[in-house]
Amino acid sequence: MTPAALARLGGGTSRHIVILLMLLLAVLLAPWAVNDYLLTVLIVILYSAFTGQAWNIMMGFAGQLSLGHALYAGLGAYVAAVLFVDYGIGPWIGFLAAVPVAMACGAVIGFLAFRFGVAGVYFAILTIAFAEFARIGFDHLPAVNASAGLFLPVRQATRNDVWHLRGSPTMFYYVILAATVAAFVLCRLLLKSRMGYFWLAIREDEEAARAAGVNTFRYKMYAVMISAALTSFAGVFYAFFYNNLFPEQVFSIGRSIEMILGPVIGGIGTLFGPILGAFVLTGLAEALNAVMAFYGLDIPGAKQVLYGICLLVVIVALPEGVWPPLARRLGVGKDKL
Amino acid sequence: MPVDVYLNVVVAGILTGLVYGLMALGLSVIFGVVRVVNFAHGEMMSVAMYLAVVLFSSFELDPLLMLVPIAAVMFVFGYVLQAGLINPFITRPEHSQFLLIVALALIIVNALLIVFGPDARTVQTSYAYDSFQLGPVLVDASKAYAGGAAIAFAAALFAFFRFSRVGTAIRACADNYTGALVIGLNVKHLYALTFALGAACVGAAGSMMTLIVDVTPVLGPTYTLLAFVIVITGGLGSMAGALLGGILIGLTEAVAGLLFTPSAKSMFAFAILVLVLLFRPQGLLGKRLS
Amino acid sequence: MTALLSLQNVSKRFRGLVAVDGVSFNVNEGEIFAVIGPNGAGKTTLFNMIAGALEPNQGSIVFDGAPIHGLAPDTVCRRGIARTFQLVRPFPALSVEDNVVVGALLHRRGVGEAHERARALLRRFDLFERRHQPASALTLPDRKRLEVVRALATEPKLLLLDEVVAGLRPTEVDRLVGVLKELNRDGGLTILMIEHVMRAVMALAGRVLVLDHGIAIAEGTPDAVVHDPAVVQSYLGAEAV
Repeated sequence: MTPAALARLGGGTSRHIVILLMLLLAVLLAPWAVNDYLLTVLIVILYSAFTGQAWNIMMGFAGQLSLGHALYAGLGAYVAAVLFVDYGIGPWIGFLAAVPVAMACGAVIGFLAFRFGVAGVYFAILTIAFAEFARIGFDHLPAVNASAGLFLPVRQATRNDVWHLRGSPTMFYYVILAATVAAFVLCRLLLKSRMGYFWLAIREDEEAARAAGVNTFRYKMYAVMISAALTSFAGVFYAFFYNNLFPEQVFSIGRSIEMILGPVIGGIGTLFGPILGAFVLTGLAEALNAVMAFYGLDIPGAKQVLYGICLLVVIVALPEGVWPPLARRLGVGKDKL
Repeated sequence: MPVDVYLNVVVAGILTGLVYGLMALGLSVIFGVVRVVNFAHGEMMSVAMYLAVVLFSSFELDPLLMLVPIAAVMFVFGYVLQAGLINPFITRPEHSQFLLIVALALIIVNALLIVFGPDARTVQTSYAYDSFQLGPVLVDASKAYAGGAAIAFAAALFAFFRFSRVGTAIRACADNYTGALVIGLNVKHLYALTFALGAACVGAAGSMMTLIVDVTPVLGPTYTLLAFVIVITGGLGSMAGALLGGILIGLTEAVAGLLFTPSAKSMFAFAILVLVLLFRPQGLLGKRLS
Repeated sequence: MTALLSLQNVSKRFRGLVAVDGVSFNVNEGEIFAVIGPNGAGKTTLFNMIAGALEPNQGSIVFDGAPIHGLAPDTVCRRGIARTFQLVRPFPALSVEDNVVVGALLHRRGVGEAHERARALLRRFDLFERRHQPASALTLPDRKRLEVVRALATEPKLLLLDEVVAGLRPTEVDRLVGVLKELNRDGGLTILMIEHVMRAVMALAGRVLVLDHGIAIAEGTPDAVVHDPAVVQSYLGAEAV
């Protein structure tokens, strides 16, 4: 297949395909080009891009505002961590175990909300309540060491062990890169599927969607459950990358808000939005860190203020996010959005 | 456990609950009229609390005395916020408005963190350790004063809405936006005024709260959630509901703290929130929303 | 002729206000039936009960032999009743074609198939050229047509039209009337319409029901109804025919 044909398939021009390929190459070769610190930054960016895409399924596609997504990441993290610490079970199996847990929680929240007509901002508050519930609950749960924190054993390994996710940052980089790409592909497939159309209809006008025969309850439930399942993987990754879990942090509302920043700033409902948003936000945060380091300052909370300002600016001045106007400037077809 | 321990805890819970109620009253007023879901409510309260702390530590000014000035400062802050930033968002989709305020909350919490640091600040008034003996019950003086001030402030607000011309105009806006416009009410100004009043409530409540708890920046989000639990439980748009909800939640927290671990007390508040959202979304005293 | 839709003694109360009071009528398969009456007569409430958006307090609604009162709107649609809204409700950010695809996906499992059906319908209704535009960019008459097309994409047996020609110029009215007539005559589509615009009612309806204050005050052919003294007395709310 020629590049031109490929480009037309994706709705762009050959020039777009070349740019995309170059970016892909840069991304694949990054670990050799950057130092360890920057590699960690890239991992954080990709992590944000991944969780952003997962959250975007619920909000951007199906229109359900969740401000308690840290719940699913936290559950993923703890399930996989406990299985590893107590039974030596690897994270990929751990993920398989975490998915049903996260989906079940999402199903409960979704069922309660959608059956009882809790929508919009009230739904958001409900999701916050559940996440807080988990935070306080886990803070008192002896099985996970409660507020003292759960620590994963780190062996000084000579080689990378992908099965147990023990290894160098480079290994983690490729894992999260693969995951982010997989999430992107999944999102695109979902969006173009029958379910995707129903989600968009629900997002645009739920009542009109029902009048057109869409079983809105069922499809909203699917959105919540798929989003939850995907987010739980992020939690598993988090647990094995940072090797320590504290309920106060993992389930915190601050985490939930951080998860939505990328997609909101990048562009809710778009495919590239969450990814672009992750790059922009983390990029700005690192710039801030660099500036502070230059002046020898250490201001905890400065990053969050920056995030808040970015969010504010985007909401006021760029309501669609950064990606849609950028995409239009670049002449990218509607398909790629 | 002996009965008087329970009684003490119950009374303390009710008094604290009254202050919670005043805070929630502000939220209820804002939502009931302007229809803005003020997710920065608790953060605004933190600002007021820090104001009180600073005034006390720098000038030895008692938070109870500073109630009115602090409320006034928050009043202005609220007015500017609504008229300047939030008003254009009335016509935007719901989640846009909400996220705008989430952004504000994020900025406020962390700005406070930067300025004041994470360590707790306290206000130690001369009567901080006093208490009254009312029969079998031992009442904390600070809590008693705070609770009393809350009732006074709430009463003043009730009176304002019931008897003043401006208050009636605001209620008209809440009832019928278009109708209010038609009869020539300056709705934008009235909305800003209402937000300002809500902020003033929060200012007063914050002032009083410094007598009861230690002040840290992380309290902001906690109080925001608490305010929502109270308002939803008591009933959106119902002022009496907000106070009633406040008392209920204050009581629940106090008793839960006694019977279980204190750190888990918010779980009960959240459980109540979930139950109310599911089974009685209009709350105890609220009007049924269509 | 068999009754496709049958309402028996249907009532709806809103807290003290009786919006629909003991209304009964049948809509036969293949006919075009209009419901007219002054504003506030309860017409849209009636529609909402048939479409499943509201539940009647009393009475029964039977469609194609099975009761449908109290069923959810999406279930009613799946049974074969499609509706439009008085205040048009397209999916604003979705393209014209995607709007129709959502409807078509009800009975077409494949997305490609649904797109084909959508395009065919759009061609018929003269919206094909604008199929890539977002629905929000359309003019009101086009949005109304789009809603009809989306409803038709669900392959209904009965189409509920709520004031579908309101706000349209006479030429646009005639155009839409023409297409609806075709669908009814060639496709066998049964149509139940609420209308104020008498031009459309006289041109389309085989039978008419007149509602006033929730009560059915007359039923019959358009000519008979228009001359009925009871109807003439209550405000007809019509422009000159």
